[in-house]
Amino acid sequence: MNAVAPIAIRILAMLGLLLVNGVVLIYMLRKVLGRLHIRIGPNRVGPFGLLQTVADVVKLLTKEDLMPDSADKWLFWIAPFVVFVPSFLAYLPLAFGPNLAVTRLDTGLLFLLAVLSLIPIGVLMAGWASNSKWSLVGGMRAAGQQIAYEVPLLLSVLGPVMMAGSLDLSKIIEAQKNLWFVFPQFIAFIIYIIAAQADTQQTPFDMSEAESELITGFANEYGGMRFGFLFLAEFSNMFIVAALGTALFFGGWYLPFLADNPIALSLGPVIFIAKAYIGIFVMMWARGALPRIRVDQLLAFAWKALIPISLSWVVIWACIQRLVLVR
Amino acid sequence: MSEPRLDVHAQPGPCWSVPKGLRRVPKGLDELATEHLVLNMGPQHPSTHGVLHVLLELDGEEVQAAEASVGYLHRGIEKLAESRKYHQVGTLLDRSDYLAGLHTEAAFAMATERLAEIEVPRKAEWIRALTMELCRLASHYVWAGTYGMDAGAMAPFLYIMRDREMILDILEAITGGRMMFNYIRPGGVFADLPAGIDQPIRAFLSTFETYLAEMDALLGGNEIFQARMHGVGVISRETAMAFGLAGGTLRASGVDFDVRRDMPYAAYPELDFDVPVATGGDCWDRYVVRIEEMRQAARMIRQLVDGMPEGDFTAKVPKVLRPPAGEMYAAVESPRGELGIHIVSDGSATPYRMRVRSPAYYNLAICDEALAGSLIADAVVILGSLDIVLGEIDR
Repeated sequence: MNAVAPIAIRILAMLGLLLVNGVVLIYMLRKVLGRLHIRIGPNRVGPFGLLQTVADVVKLLTKEDLMPDSADKWLFWIAPFVVFVPSFLAYLPLAFGPNLAVTRLDTGLLFLLAVLSLIPIGVLMAGWASNSKWSLVGGMRAAGQQIAYEVPLLLSVLGPVMMAGSLDLSKIIEAQKNLWFVFPQFIAFIIYIIAAQADTQQTPFDMSEAESELITGFANEYGGMRFGFLFLAEFSNMFIVAALGTALFFGGWYLPFLADNPIALSLGPVIFIAKAYIGIFVMMWARGALPRIRVDQLLAFAWKALIPISLSWVVIWACIQRLVLVR
Repeated sequence: MSEPRLDVHAQPGPCWSVPKGLRRVPKGLDELATEHLVLNMGPQHPSTHGVLHVLLELDGEEVQAAEASVGYLHRGIEKLAESRKYHQVGTLLDRSDYLAGLHTEAAFAMATERLAEIEVPRKAEWIRALTMELCRLASHYVWAGTYGMDAGAMAPFLYIMRDREMILDILEAITGGRMMFNYIRPGGVFADLPAGIDQPIRAFLSTFETYLAEMDALLGGNEIFQARMHGVGVISRETAMAFGLAGGTLRASGVDFDVRRDMPYAAYPELDFDVPVATGGDCWDRYVVRIEEMRQAARMIRQLVDGMPEGDFTAKVPKVLRPPAGEMYAAVESPRGELGIHIVSDGSATPYRMRVRSPAYYNLAICDEALAGSLIADAVVILGSLDIVLGEIDR
């Protein structure tokens, strides 16, 4: 019992973080996109429109739970959770400060990427179970895209892993006390942000949603809180890839030049989340400015450009580290 | 016309290029071949620009065949016109091409004037050209924005809405309406230009270049957008002629024809402007041609404001116009191309028959051919590049 209670509290805290993130990110997305689009964004519900998301959540919760007659009931019912649960599990190994994680895994990074790669199964389930042609095309696209972009994503994190010599996210961050990995691993970082953008289905890679083509694709037949879960998972994924980028390339909870400052260290989690939010802002920026790439171009880009580059970078960095640095 | 004549009955060549990327099922693997999926795109779909319904036959993501089905917005405008007096028809025609109502009004007014042999004062011709060019800009703005949305870019749409708003304010000051004008009437225009209207027009022109360049950099300068447009939906010169395409869609395929220059009307013979032509015939060329058309429109507006003559804004026209029996066709270059109105009069106060030659309808006719062989994403972009307005297609 004593061993279980702290873990339960931590998990609940993480769930709280996820939900708060969802609410904050939806508001932030609307405001950021609004400013990029020379409009104002929500400004009617509450001061500065802050309660807009709350109103939306209430709306989603009180909506009738509809299921298409011809849907595959079981799959349709379970798909939002298959999308949502891995996205929550991925929060568990994230280290927000020294010794501040739900659970410290030696293979935290591996665990995180493994659960993230379960999401396309849920998306495909949602697309298939809806028994709608648009949803099916969206689901198929999502599956093809995520398979293609998991590979460069995995390869791009290998550079920081090699430098830190660990898959434990805390150790990777601790290794960046004096030098953020973004500087030596710049190429890996570029590949990471592209692959992360694609992995979270953000414009210009929002194939599975494709507003103007598939009209929200796989989520087409979902309404109410089921849609809410799909939506929440998307935002929580955004946070995860941004947090992972922070941990791998931007020194996690460390501030530059203040790595030993006790005040800066005590503010670790705040710094970590602030860095992640800056990353999310960049993702939203791309979303506001770019058109959508075509699906065949997307796949060609992954297989012909990203994977060869990331693979050769892994080899090059391995050689550099073995032959030049470790002597 | 300097246009060399082409044999329009010649067999049109393949008018699309099969995009690289997804391959067809190779021969010999027939037992693996799957059923084609028939997908109803529209009539409620964000990228069909209204209530167009396109049947897509899909093999995976690849469109094997497409069939456009129109008529969801049919309001019987041509038939209704037969029971309206001549000066009342404009209200109907505004609702035909709702993005550029003035052009349809002008075509009708010109046909009526030619039939009734009414001499239009010079100032009225200039006001017509001025309002029509403003209207063309407003319409092209909407097209450019929605084109960006078709390609997945949201921002340009809101950028153009800011600029279009300025034009709509100007048009409201001149005509009293933002989109439903009923301003150009047989004999001239409904009212004189309000005093000092050149101020807001000049203010608009002063920001026009900057804002358009900004929008163009955001959309046309984007590498993803270019990759989406180049070589997509190629319409050859011959096919364009055979299908009777019009406007920017026609000129992007290399046919140098513009009603404003080749069948002059209103103040256009006195204006200095170029007709942009491209030769590629793909979606990118249609984008380039229309953006350049916007620059030319602004150039004309500047000339029209500077040289606006004095005089009457309308000819003396009887309250109830009874043109002599006969028939007449008049065409204008609407934002979508040659828009013609054919009137048959039996000498009474209402037209015996009115027919609209709707450019968007002819442009849409190519869609069955242009969409086949493309991907779903391309299909959306090609439809957008044709600049269709369903109000005008269905009437």
